[in-house]
Amino acid sequence: MAIRFSIQTLSALALLLTLAPGMALSAPRGPDDFGIPQVAKINEKIRETWVAYELKPSQAATEGEWCRRVFLDVIGRIPSVEELQAFTKSRSATKKADLVGMLLFDDKYTEEYARNWTTVWTTVLIGRAGGTERNSLTNREGMQKYLRDCFARNKPYNDMVDELVTATGSNRPGAENFNGAVNFLAMKVNEEKGTQATADTAKIFLGLQVQCTQCHNHPFNEWKQQKFWEFNAFFRQTRALRQFVPGTRDVAGSELVDQDFAGEGGTPNTAEIYYELRNGLLKAAYPVFINDTEIGKSGFVNEVNRRDQLGELIQKSEYMDMSVANRYWAHFFGYGFTKPIDDMGPHNPASHPELLEYLGQQVREHSYNLKELIRWITLSEAYSLTSRMTKANEGDDPLLGETPKFTHFYLRQMQAEELYESLLVATRAAENRGSYEDQERSKTQWLAQFVMAFGTDDGGESTTFNGTIPQALMMFNGELIRNATDAKNGSFLWDLANSKMKPQQKIDYLFNAGLARRPTKDEIAIANQLFIARATGGGNKKKQVDPAAAGIAALQDIWWAVLNSNEFIINH
Amino acid sequence: MKSFATPQGMNRRHFMSHLAGASAMTIPALTMGHTLRTHAQELKRNKKSAIMLWMSGGPSTMDIWDLKPGTNTGGEFQPISTSGDVQISEHMPMMAKQMHNAAIIRSMSTREADHGRGRYYMHTGYVPNPNVEHPSYGAVISHETIDQRPELEIPPFVTVGGGSEGPGFLGMAWAPFAVNSNGQIRNLQMGLDERRLMQRMAALDLVEKGFVSQRRGQAASDHQNILKKTLALMTSEQMKAFRVTEEPQEVQERYGMDNFGKGCLMARRLVEAGVPFIEVDLGGWDMHNDIFNTLSNQRLPVLDRAMSALFEDLEQRGLIEDTAVMWMGEFSRTPRINGNTGRDHWARSWSVVAGGAGMNGGIAVGNTNSDGTRVETEPYTSQDVMASVCKSLGISLETTFTSRSGRPMKIANSGKVIKELFA
Repeated sequence: MAIRFSIQTLSALALLLTLAPGMALSAPRGPDDFGIPQVAKINEKIRETWVAYELKPSQAATEGEWCRRVFLDVIGRIPSVEELQAFTKSRSATKKADLVGMLLFDDKYTEEYARNWTTVWTTVLIGRAGGTERNSLTNREGMQKYLRDCFARNKPYNDMVDELVTATGSNRPGAENFNGAVNFLAMKVNEEKGTQATADTAKIFLGLQVQCTQCHNHPFNEWKQQKFWEFNAFFRQTRALRQFVPGTRDVAGSELVDQDFAGEGGTPNTAEIYYELRNGLLKAAYPVFINDTEIGKSGFVNEVNRRDQLGELIQKSEYMDMSVANRYWAHFFGYGFTKPIDDMGPHNPASHPELLEYLGQQVREHSYNLKELIRWITLSEAYSLTSRMTKANEGDDPLLGETPKFTHFYLRQMQAEELYESLLVATRAAENRGSYEDQERSKTQWLAQFVMAFGTDDGGESTTFNGTIPQALMMFNGELIRNATDAKNGSFLWDLANSKMKPQQKIDYLFNAGLARRPTKDEIAIANQLFIARATGGGNKKKQVDPAAAGIAALQDIWWAVLNSNEFIINH
Repeated sequence: MKSFATPQGMNRRHFMSHLAGASAMTIPALTMGHTLRTHAQELKRNKKSAIMLWMSGGPSTMDIWDLKPGTNTGGEFQPISTSGDVQISEHMPMMAKQMHNAAIIRSMSTREADHGRGRYYMHTGYVPNPNVEHPSYGAVISHETIDQRPELEIPPFVTVGGGSEGPGFLGMAWAPFAVNSNGQIRNLQMGLDERRLMQRMAALDLVEKGFVSQRRGQAASDHQNILKKTLALMTSEQMKAFRVTEEPQEVQERYGMDNFGKGCLMARRLVEAGVPFIEVDLGGWDMHNDIFNTLSNQRLPVLDRAMSALFEDLEQRGLIEDTAVMWMGEFSRTPRINGNTGRDHWARSWSVVAGGAGMNGGIAVGNTNSDGTRVETEPYTSQDVMASVCKSLGISLETTFTSRSGRPMKIANSGKVIKELFA
C-alpha cells in the first residue's frame, strides 16, 4: 500500500513537471502528438521500425519548410509570405495543429482545398488526358464539378466511392439529368466487355491489381482468372450511350445507364458471362465479390441492380479502408506502405502492415472523414522531419529499392498543377483569374504540353514534367515564368520594387515567397551584385540606365533564379 | 548586344567560355559549364546509333510480318514477296522493297499482355518490380556511348511523339528528351542578353549548390544536372537537327507528311548529328474491333511509307551499317478474331523486326505454327532482342550496372544474342 502510494505521488509530480514550461527537470519526452491518439499511434508504429532497423530519424524540418510542405500537400500551393510569417511568428504551442486546422476547416481555404483534391482525384479517376480527346465520352469539367462538390462539402469517402461506382445520368454540366460522377466509368464500360471498368474499380477503390488475370491466373497474387470475370460481371448491365450534337456525328456527351442484361447465353434470369481459359475452353461466371459474396444472378435491373450491389460490397470491404489510407499516406510522404500503392495483398507485403490496417480502421470509425486522416498524417512526427539525411539514416532511401522507413522527408518534385497554382499565388496573379471553369480550362491547356497519352484502351499516359529538360526549358523561358517575373506597372515585382521596403528586405521577401526561408549571406551578396549590375547597365558603360527600371530588373533576376532552383521545384 | 533569339554566330563553346569568365565580376566561379573533355581525341569513336520504331498499343504482327492465309486465324490479308527471303503483308508494298535490310524475328514469346507492363518489359528487358526501376533502351545505350561523343551538345536520348520509358536507376540525366514531330522545341528562346543570363545563372547556381550540399538526396543533384544540359542545348547549333522542315520537299513527302513520317525523318537527322538513341512513336494499334479496315486504311499505309523511307534513306546515305533499327510494340494481338472483328492482347507468339548495324537482313528468324498460336522454334524475348541490338552497336554484353542499392545487373538482363542475326 505504501509503495503504491509513493508511485502515485511520483507520477503526479512528473506530470506537474512536464506541464510546467521551462522546468529543468523534465524527463525526455516522446514526439508531440497534439493529444490526438491517432497521431500517437502513427508515431509509435513508425518508431518501432526505426528501432527494428537501428535507424535514427533526422532533425525536425525548419518551421518554414514544414509550413511550405503542409500548404503544398493540403491545398496544392506554397504559402504566401504573409501566410508564412503568420505561422513562423506565432508563439502558440499549438500552432502546427492550428495551421492544419485552418487549411482544412477555415472557409477562406475551402475553395483551394477542394481544387487541390479535385485535381488529385481527377488524375486518379480519368488521368491527365481523360476527356481531352475528340469525341470522348468523358467530360472533364463534369468530373471536376462532381469532385469539387465532394471536397468542398467534405463528403464522406464511402459515399463518394458509392456514387462513382453506381452513377447513372448525363456526363456534362448543364445537360438534363447531369451527374458528373458518371465520368469515372463513361469511357470504361462499352469496350472489351467493361474490362477497363473492372480493372480500374478494383485498383482505385480496393487497391487490387487484377488486370493481368483477365487472360490467365496471376502467377504471384491470389487473384484467379475466375475472380476477374466474376468482378467484371457487376458491370455488364451498364452502357454509356453517345449523345450527338444535333445534325452531326460529333459526340456532345454521354449518358451512363443500366439496362437489362440478357447474359451471353441468352438467359436473362441467370445472366451469365463466358471467359476463355488459356487452353481455349469457355467457362461461365456470375457476379461474385472478391470475398466470395454472391449476389442474385438475374440480369433484370429491377430484380438485381448489379452496380448498386457492388457499391454496397465495396463499402463493406476493409480493402477500401486500407486503400484510401495508403493513397493518402503516399500523397503526403511520396511513398505509400506498398509499392505501387494500388497493388495490395499477400503477394506484396506492406512496409508497415499494422499501421496500414489501423489507419484503415480509423478512417472507417471516423465516418470516412478524409480531413481527419489528413490531420493525423500531417501532425505526425515523420511528417515533421527535415529532408536532410544523416549518416545514420541515409540508407533509408526508397530509390535504393528499400522499403520506406520514413526517417526523413523524401524529396519529391512538385506536380505540374502545384507549380501552376503556386506561381499564381506567389505573384498574386490569382486575384483576378476569371470564373472557376475558365481557370481550370487555362490550366488544362497549359498542362497539355507535359502529358503524353499512349492511346491505349487502358488510358495509359505519362508526364514529361518531372525533372526533365522540357520542364527546365519551361522554367527558364516559358510564358508562365515570364508572367511571374513580369515588371510592368501593377505586377507583383513592380509593386515590390515600389514598396517602402529597403533593398535587403526586398531580397528577403523574394526568398521567403519562393523558398520559405531568408537568403544566406552569399545569396544576399550575389543579389546585391545583381542590383549593381543592373544599375550600371550590365557593364555596358555607354548605356543610360533608369534607376527605377534597374531596380525592377534586378528583382526580376533574383526572382527568376529563385524560381528556377531545385529548392523551389522540389517539395522538401 | 547579341540576342539569344538568333543564336547564329555564337556557338556553345563561345557561350560557355563566357560563363567560365563570369567570376571576373566577383560572382563566385561557375560550375555549370560542361566538364572539359580534353582527352576527346584519344577516345575511340563509336558512331553507331539505334532507332526504335515503337508501335504503341500492340500491333497485330500476324497481319503484317507473319501471315497465315487460309487459316481460321489468318484474317483478310495476303502475303507478298519482298527484296529479302521473306514474305510480308500486301499492305506493306514499299517496305517489301526494303526487306533486304531487315530481319523478322517471328518467334517472340513473352508473358506481359497488359499495356503498362508490356511497355516496361519491352523497353527494359525486365518485368516491373516494386523495388527497382530499370533503365530503358535509350538510357542504357546513351549511357554506354556518350563518352565516345564528346561533341554532342543535344540530349543523347530523344523520343519523338511519345514518352518512351524512363532512365530508372541511372537517374534523370539519362531521361528521354520528348519532342513533337514538328521539330519545334517549346520555350527555347530566352530573349535575354548573354551577359544578363550569365549573371542570373550565377545566382541560380549558388542556390542550387546550397541545396545539393545539404544531403537531401539524388533529386537535388539531378536537377542541377538537368540545368546544365538545358543550358547547353539552348545555345547549341546542333538543335537544327530537329528542324525537319529544312529538308527538301520531296524528301519530306517520301517519308510522309504525317507525324510518324516526320518523326522518322527527324530520327535520320538526329543520327547524322550523333544522337545515339532515338525512339519514334506510332500509336493506334490497340485494335479490339474493326482491325482489318483500320490496318489497311489507316495504320499500315503510314507505317509502310515512313519505315521504308527510313531504311532506303539510311542505305543511300551509307548510314545503315552504323544504325540499328527496331520495330516493336508492347505485345501483339490474339490469333483468334473476336466478335467485333478485332483482336485482343496476345504475347505468347509474335514478331519484332530488326535491321541495320551489321545485323543480317532479308531473313525470318524462327517461326510460329500454322495458325500462329504457338512458337515452334527457340522462343526469343525482350532481353534477347536487347542483347542483339547492343551487340550490333558494339556495346559489350559483359557490361554490368549497379543499381543504387548495390545490386549488380547485367546489361539487357543477361539476354542471349539472336545468332541468326549475326551468322
